[in-house]
Amino acid sequence: MPEIKVTPLGAGQDVGRSCILVSIAGKNVMLDCGMHMGYNDDRRFPDFSYITQNGRLTDFLDCVIISHFHLDHCGALPYFSEMVGYDGPIYMTHPTKAICPILLEDYRKITVDKKGETNFFTSQMIKDCMKKVVAVHLHQTVQVDEELEIKAYYAGHVLGAAMFQIKVGCESVVYTGDYNMTPDRHLGAAWIDKCRPDLLITESTYATTIRDSKRCRERDFLKKVHETVERGGKVLIPVFALGRAQELCILLETFWERMNLKAPIYFSTGLTEKANHYYKLFITWTNQKIRKTFVQRNMFEFKHIKAFDRAFADNPGPMVVFATPGMLHAGQSLQIFRKWAGNEKNMVIMPGYCVQGTVGHKILSGQRKLEMEGRQILEVKMQVEYMSFSAHADAKGIMQLIRQAEPRNVLLVHGEAKKMEFLKQKIEQEFHVSCFMPANGETTSILTNPCIPVDISLGLLKRETAIGPLPDAKRPKLMHGTLLMKDNSFRLVSPEQALKELGLAEHQLRFTCRVHIQDPRKEHETVLRVYNHLKGILKDYSVQHLPDGSITVESILIQATAHSEDQGTKVLLVSWTYQDEELGSYLTSLLKKGLPQSPP
Amino acid sequence: MAAHLKKRVYEEFTKVVQQQHEDLSTKKLRLTKPSKSAALHVDLCKATSPADALQYLLQFARKPVEVESVEGVVRILLEHYYKENDASVRLKIASLLGLLSKTAGFSPDCIMDDAINTLQNEKSHQVLAQLLDTLLVIGTKLPENPSVRMRLVEVACKHLTDSSHGVRNKCLQLIGCLGPVEKGGAKEAESQAAKDVQKIIGDHFNDQDPRVRTAAIKAMLQLHERGLKLQQAIYSQACKLLADDYEQVRSAAVQLIWVLSQLYPESIVPIPSSNEEIRLVDDAFGKICHMVSDGSWVVRVQAAKLLGSMQQVSSHFLEQTLDKKLMSDLRRKRTAHERAKELYSSGEFSSGRKWGDDAPKEEIDTGAVNLIESGACGAFVHGLEDEMYEVRIAAVEALCMLAQSSPSFAEKCLDFLVDMFNDEIEEVRLQSIHTMRKISHNITLREDQLDTVLAVLEDSSRDIREALHELLCCTNVSTKEGIHLALVELLKNLTKYPTDRESIWKCLKFLGSRHPTLVLPLVPELLSTHPFFDTPEPDMDDPAYIAVLVLIFNAAKSCPTMPALFSDHTFRHYAYLRDSLSHLVPPLRLPGRKLVSSAVSPSITPHEDPSQQFLHQSLERVYNFQHLDPRGIQELLEFTIRDLQRLGELQSELAGMADFTATYLQCQLLLIKALQEKLWNVAAPLYLKQNALASAAAKQILEETYKMEFMYSGVESRQVVIIHHMRLQAKALQLIVTARTTRGVEPLFGMCEKFLQEVDSFQRCFISELPHMQGSFVDKLLDLMPRLVTSKPSEVVKILQTTLRQSTFLHLPLPEQLHRATANIIEPTGESDNPLRFTSGLVVALDVDATLEHVQDPQGTVKVQVLYPDGQAQLIHPKPADFRNPGPGRHRLITQVYLSHTAWTEPCQIEVRLLLAYNSNRSKASTRIPKSTWNESLESLPPSENGIEGTIPFSKPVKVYIMPKPARR
Repeated sequence: MPEIKVTPLGAGQDVGRSCILVSIAGKNVMLDCGMHMGYNDDRRFPDFSYITQNGRLTDFLDCVIISHFHLDHCGALPYFSEMVGYDGPIYMTHPTKAICPILLEDYRKITVDKKGETNFFTSQMIKDCMKKVVAVHLHQTVQVDEELEIKAYYAGHVLGAAMFQIKVGCESVVYTGDYNMTPDRHLGAAWIDKCRPDLLITESTYATTIRDSKRCRERDFLKKVHETVERGGKVLIPVFALGRAQELCILLETFWERMNLKAPIYFSTGLTEKANHYYKLFITWTNQKIRKTFVQRNMFEFKHIKAFDRAFADNPGPMVVFATPGMLHAGQSLQIFRKWAGNEKNMVIMPGYCVQGTVGHKILSGQRKLEMEGRQILEVKMQVEYMSFSAHADAKGIMQLIRQAEPRNVLLVHGEAKKMEFLKQKIEQEFHVSCFMPANGETTSILTNPCIPVDISLGLLKRETAIGPLPDAKRPKLMHGTLLMKDNSFRLVSPEQALKELGLAEHQLRFTCRVHIQDPRKEHETVLRVYNHLKGILKDYSVQHLPDGSITVESILIQATAHSEDQGTKVLLVSWTYQDEELGSYLTSLLKKGLPQSPP
Repeated sequence: MAAHLKKRVYEEFTKVVQQQHEDLSTKKLRLTKPSKSAALHVDLCKATSPADALQYLLQFARKPVEVESVEGVVRILLEHYYKENDASVRLKIASLLGLLSKTAGFSPDCIMDDAINTLQNEKSHQVLAQLLDTLLVIGTKLPENPSVRMRLVEVACKHLTDSSHGVRNKCLQLIGCLGPVEKGGAKEAESQAAKDVQKIIGDHFNDQDPRVRTAAIKAMLQLHERGLKLQQAIYSQACKLLADDYEQVRSAAVQLIWVLSQLYPESIVPIPSSNEEIRLVDDAFGKICHMVSDGSWVVRVQAAKLLGSMQQVSSHFLEQTLDKKLMSDLRRKRTAHERAKELYSSGEFSSGRKWGDDAPKEEIDTGAVNLIESGACGAFVHGLEDEMYEVRIAAVEALCMLAQSSPSFAEKCLDFLVDMFNDEIEEVRLQSIHTMRKISHNITLREDQLDTVLAVLEDSSRDIREALHELLCCTNVSTKEGIHLALVELLKNLTKYPTDRESIWKCLKFLGSRHPTLVLPLVPELLSTHPFFDTPEPDMDDPAYIAVLVLIFNAAKSCPTMPALFSDHTFRHYAYLRDSLSHLVPPLRLPGRKLVSSAVSPSITPHEDPSQQFLHQSLERVYNFQHLDPRGIQELLEFTIRDLQRLGELQSELAGMADFTATYLQCQLLLIKALQEKLWNVAAPLYLKQNALASAAAKQILEETYKMEFMYSGVESRQVVIIHHMRLQAKALQLIVTARTTRGVEPLFGMCEKFLQEVDSFQRCFISELPHMQGSFVDKLLDLMPRLVTSKPSEVVKILQTTLRQSTFLHLPLPEQLHRATANIIEPTGESDNPLRFTSGLVVALDVDATLEHVQDPQGTVKVQVLYPDGQAQLIHPKPADFRNPGPGRHRLITQVYLSHTAWTEPCQIEVRLLLAYNSNRSKASTRIPKSTWNESLESLPPSENGIEGTIPFSKPVKVYIMPKPARR
């Protein structure tokens, strides 16, 4: 039985360091190549030695697919390709290819320049690595080699995020990467067709959550910002550079536009500017509204949002500032926070989750007095708000995607084990498909039952389907033909052609049978009686009396001779070919019953 | 061979020609016509290759073919069809056959047999499909011939087994369009094949080709549309199709399910995998709700739209559509809506939210969570959050329709609608505001909801703001804080967008009169009065202050204790506003103001409004004294007209009625005056001047009658008769005047004939109304009809003249509601001194913004006219999308008019005005005739010859200063 083998090197019952190995019909594919944010030692990258101890990786992997540009999905790529050594193709979408190196470079800078690590990949390595990347379009079927093909679907998680279908022959796997089923202000919803893969590998970050409508969240956020600005206060929004930051920018930008507001909005860091440039370019990857209006105005050409300068923080009057990093643990956002924290008119909005130990986490848990470096005590008088803007599918979204794709098996990755357990049970219960959740390094085998395509000549197909009343594809149909297995290909051909191709002579199989009839008359009279009898019964068949004294019914031959010993008994010889078996046996049984007693 | 054929064809033509000769002996033959088909034949014979022949056919198809020669052409085409070996040429011929049988006036039954015969030997699937299409055309052209239809259906059934999807497709389409709809007695007589079309079509629901499946469902829907009652058994089949792989199949299946749910709402269907049973409509509702989260947006739109019209669904299913259980980490969480509601009911407001405020509460039993909700759960929650705005709009519309029929649902969906006010696409926002307005009678806004609603007042789009004002006009607010909030936000809006002044005042007027008790406690604060100190008198011209006063005065109308809280200057301001903005400030009964109160007190009983009484009395007077001497009548009419016009100015609600009657009386007056002229007694040529007067009168009456007919909404058929009658009289007058002034009988002959035709059509159109018209002009005329038909024009004129004089004046019954169409151009204002400069030869876009009231079907009738100083006039048809409908009976036209002209030396003014276009053909009269008579007299209806198209200006012209500069070279 053929099987699909899946081994997560990262992201198995865990979030971060996504890296999944898939073997399908003899092909090995690596899905994502990420780093883990929680570790700073060897554990931050997947253990590539699992793939091979001493051989070259290129010999073991047919291709690598990167789903999107977040570092936990692509962070280990330069290490993998340049330091461990992989020369095969790497596939990602165009926006990912464009933005990914920016983030990798940033990551490198922080690790090498700030933390002073030495054994790390260099800028040149990033460049070399990106040269191996093949960019793909949405819904474009890419032939990796003769048998392996991949196809990208829209995932809606960040710009350029994609789900990938990997297909070899009739077996296929869909890997979702991270995805979002509810559209937001700059991206659409994930979509996949009914591709019915053998296995669906899906993320399950929010396996146990059903989220409220995004509208309430947006409205709350906008109202808070608006109120503060109207009061004359300053709003600080700490964000990570890419992804949600653009979402919030669009949200505020359109709101400012709609409401005719004048207060300035600033965005810190140069990194984002570069990335924003790509957002402007890849309009086709955004949602309906942006795609429809970009002819009049590109939504990412912000009218109200300007670059931030350090000096602006002291300006009087209301303003909104987006600053990095998102957890207030260092950098510009923390600086601004220290300046503004003392005024109760100001507000800080945390748009995402904060790790324990960061300033962000402390203020969110209600701490009002913070101890800063140098034993300073910072009193926080500004309002602190929390808004969750996350672009992962919730439990309902995951179920919806499974419903859309109709897979035969589901495998969960990128989530916590306890939460997966719940979702797994739900999936098995609602869809009646088996569901797996391997841990890192654990291999799951899935038996498949692939269909084997067979070529059939058009002539034969037409001839065979012509018999019978109505072609009905929904029901299996019996066909006569010869299966030829030659040169690794299967063909269904007509028997004649098969004989011709194989150079075999045709053999005929004939059945003969003798039937004894008591009839005292002369032979030819007996023949005549048999003839009349058959003619009377088999009205639909051609019954002929040949001049040499034999009878043919279609192709069945009947001859009569007198019994050598008993002249009163006539022997009828019935002979038919194998193809006419049905009619032949019917005739014999008919003749065995004897002739009707005709009037003498 | 070809020569022989050609000869045959010519023979055929001569035959055809001769037949015409016999039939229409009175008319001269048009011998040129048949040569067309002959030319085609020659061309086709000349064609050496199939490509050539195809070219000839394509050329031929571009030109129309006359009815008489259709049959000949068809024969030639068929002839070639049999000879042709190339499938593409045959295909073209087949399609031409279909086109030709569509020719108006041609009855295709003569070619049907031939068309069916061609099917016999056809091998090409494409041609076969095209031929079936032709048969479909033929069949639809012969609706009253069941046997033909039967035959065609049989033919189609035979080809259903074809292996090509195109052919099966067409067969199903044909069966759907032509299949027998009536069941019962005649069934036995019918052949086996056509016995149960539903069964035949149903069998193809499982076809292997998705296109055929779609066609089968469509055919079924077609049968339903034609009146066949579909069997309930189809329901389960259709449900299976909902899971089809192809979107067009699913989309059609959703429609079919909807149709069945409307047919058998109360039937009981079992729920699979359990023993329970539910109503079919509920089941269908659940299934369609499920499709709102389909993969294809086309299906989602379809499903969302249909949900709106399923009003029989039980309320508990309906309410599920808004339900979405939240959870976080397997613990139940409340939605923001629930939290807001709780916050509201606990009386707590400005609680700063903390992290973890929305922290999940109780643990959820993992087994009880249903992630793939069966049925209706959360359908609208999904629909309103959809990626495509088309789906969101459809969902909002559906929500609106369902909420209109179910108050409890309206209450529940409020939160979601309010959320939609923040959608990113303006159309969606606008749609949800309109929806909210439509269901406003069912709902009361909570304060937190009001807060969100009011936030939209700052929107930069004028449409949105005005829609919101409109919504606030009919909103119920629950608390006095709510009113205060609304007022504050509206005033903010006013300072930000001063152009919204009128709209905001109007909004506050309704807000005040709806919530008098809530306004009462706010009055001292709003007027900033103080118990001990005198406060400074506010500025009377401040729009914000006026806005506050409008709110208070309207509330005071039904709250007699309120005026006690007013300070002195408030009373003065009241008097001023009552005069200057009388449409916004109601009459109040104020203490110590005798004058005002006495004038107002009777008006409390609206039934017997004195002005209405006055209107009726003056009309009575006119009708009663019609046997007065001519001079007396004239004077009486003149006075009454003057009175009515004044009344219309004073009483806006009676303006339509007063104007309408005044116009009618004016017509009558003109008619009387014209008949009083002395010219009738003297030989014609001497009195050319008076003639001019009489004919001018006739012309004016005609114009006025068109205005009466088309400019007022609410005109009923009783009035239409009288208007038409008046028009007939004017036409008679015109005829008489012409007879007097022109010499020679020749032109008169035609005019007489035309007039008599008009009388005839009048009689036909208004036969039911004739008994009410005793002694009128037309009554007398119809009596004399036999004489008129036979007599000479001069006699006819004489008879007309006497009848016109003797005829009585018809009463004009007044309808309940009558409104005159008015238009007001808001922009351009016509006040600008800066000319609009543009380079000559290029265009400049002029923004036109106008409000229209009481215009029916503005998309079809309202035009913009631009008059240039050189007398050149330009008529512009605004796009249908330029019209908005902010409220019942009101429309708003916001469009751009493109101007262009050659260079001028000086800036000059052009005039822009709105016109109401009319066409007497689609007059209200013809649509109002009951259906049955309309069907019978379909052919005898007045044909288009007396359809007069024209325009009525109905807005004041606005002048725009423009300056086309010469282009610089």
